[in-house]
Amino acid sequence: MVQVDETTQGVLNQISEGFEQKGAYNLRQNGIPLCHGDSEHIKIRKKEDKPGIDILIDGETKGEKVFIPVVVSVSGMTDLVYNDFYVADGADVTIVAGCGIHNGGCNDSRHDGIHTFHVGKNANVRYEEKHYGEGNGTGQRILNPVTNIEIGENSVFTLDTVQIKGVDSTIRTTNVVMDANSKLFVLERLMTDGDQKAESDIEVCMNGSGSSAQIISRSVGKGNSSQVFHPKAVGKNKCHAHIQCDSIIMDHAQVGSIPEIQAKHVDAAIIHEAAIGRINDEQLLKLRTLGMTEAEAENVIIENFLS
Amino acid sequence: MLKVDNLTFEVNEEGRKRCLVNHISFEVKDGEMLVITGPNGGGKSTLAKVLAGIEDANGGEIFLDEENITGYDIDHRANAGIGYAFQQPPRFKGMTVKKMLSLAAGKELTEAESCKLLSAVGLCSADYLNRQMDGTLSGGEMKRLEIATVLAKPHKVSIFDEPEAGIDLWSFSMLIKRFEEIHKEKKECLILISHQERIIQMADKIMVIEDGQVKEYGTKEDVLPTLFQQKTGRMCGQEGGTC
Repeated sequence: MVQVDETTQGVLNQISEGFEQKGAYNLRQNGIPLCHGDSEHIKIRKKEDKPGIDILIDGETKGEKVFIPVVVSVSGMTDLVYNDFYVADGADVTIVAGCGIHNGGCNDSRHDGIHTFHVGKNANVRYEEKHYGEGNGTGQRILNPVTNIEIGENSVFTLDTVQIKGVDSTIRTTNVVMDANSKLFVLERLMTDGDQKAESDIEVCMNGSGSSAQIISRSVGKGNSSQVFHPKAVGKNKCHAHIQCDSIIMDHAQVGSIPEIQAKHVDAAIIHEAAIGRINDEQLLKLRTLGMTEAEAENVIIENFLS
Repeated sequence: MLKVDNLTFEVNEEGRKRCLVNHISFEVKDGEMLVITGPNGGGKSTLAKVLAGIEDANGGEIFLDEENITGYDIDHRANAGIGYAFQQPPRFKGMTVKKMLSLAAGKELTEAESCKLLSAVGLCSADYLNRQMDGTLSGGEMKRLEIATVLAKPHKVSIFDEPEAGIDLWSFSMLIKRFEEIHKEKKECLILISHQERIIQMADKIMVIEDGQVKEYGTKEDVLPTLFQQKTGRMCGQEGGTC
């Protein structure tokens, strides 16, 4: 087993709960693959032409988890990585990704993860991604993930992303293309504070008949931070989509929500809802009647809103 | 024991002062049940909010046992022993029923403890524990969960604002049974705002509030006989009735 330093382990504890160096996994640290393992059904191969890995998940995979955490702990580093996931027909897998930056210096640290999913037919994929930043340095902690997903017929893809804290700047780009009878569930949770900035663009193209997508975005903006969400659903066939963006705004934060829906087929049913507002006073009062101070009640509301 | 002395709450409406709680005084001893009733808009819910600290009184004093809690804010009153069930409970996105009950109990509840609480308000825990307290729950379900949050831990005084509103008959019977049990234990003061005859019949004391003032206050035996006459008069009377 490869020993990891204390800083890396601390970040791993935040972004990759349950990670162990066994089964299928790949730990990337400061731009290099530190260690990896295969399992009977999941193989990880280093790319020859560019930085990154191919993750090959065979059709016999049933309920297995694969961990692919990334840690950047060197100030001033820009880490670009391409990870391609090939999910065979019938596979059932959970992929736990996560990226944490520890920046103790004065230069910006940045990680751009370009993830591409090729999901076959009748598969079930759950992709969990946690983003986190820490360190006392003045350098920025920047994460700009790009996630491209092709979902095959009758497959289900769940994208669960959370930006916990400490990320100064993020631009998230997600593109999804859906085949017949496939299902997509997206839950995006994000909190910004201080002068942090976050942008999230999600585009879902429902090409296949019977496809359905549910996109839920929940965010909290504090301090002087700013956020912009732009989820877009395009229905090109008989399909159903529901976009729901909810944001809590606090202090001097700015939040923009720009849902976009496009129907290019008479049987495309697409709904969007967006709401931005401060913490509900009635919720605060209720929790205070349970004995919490206003600050405690605010924390509970935010914690559960993003849970 | 809860002792309320000369309690007043005013609002300013377009430059005019309006007294919603007008010099109200009463006492509820440990184990006693006080039912507050009266016409809509009479000030019952406002009085309950002033007792819970949600609205600040303009005058008067509130004593919990010997402790003067008049200057306490909401959470201090809650920690001093006041429980309060909202008439219209708020919904919480992302908060599960299990989490809310644990917050209300002040400790992580076991499944068995949560189940007992939900059963008392006529809900099956298997169906509800992991549900979110958001718009997917009906008004009646929210109301029952609200009552469960107050039942989740012992209080010196528990205030329920129209607990029967929006609750179906079967669950209402369960609820009545639970109130009877608490009443029998004779430990907590219970204050129920209600128009329900069955709840009013359980009272030790009844207070009728109208236009922010106490119109009648006394034991059930004293108030009840005239109360129903009045109610009948108000609801159906052809002469002098309000409807």
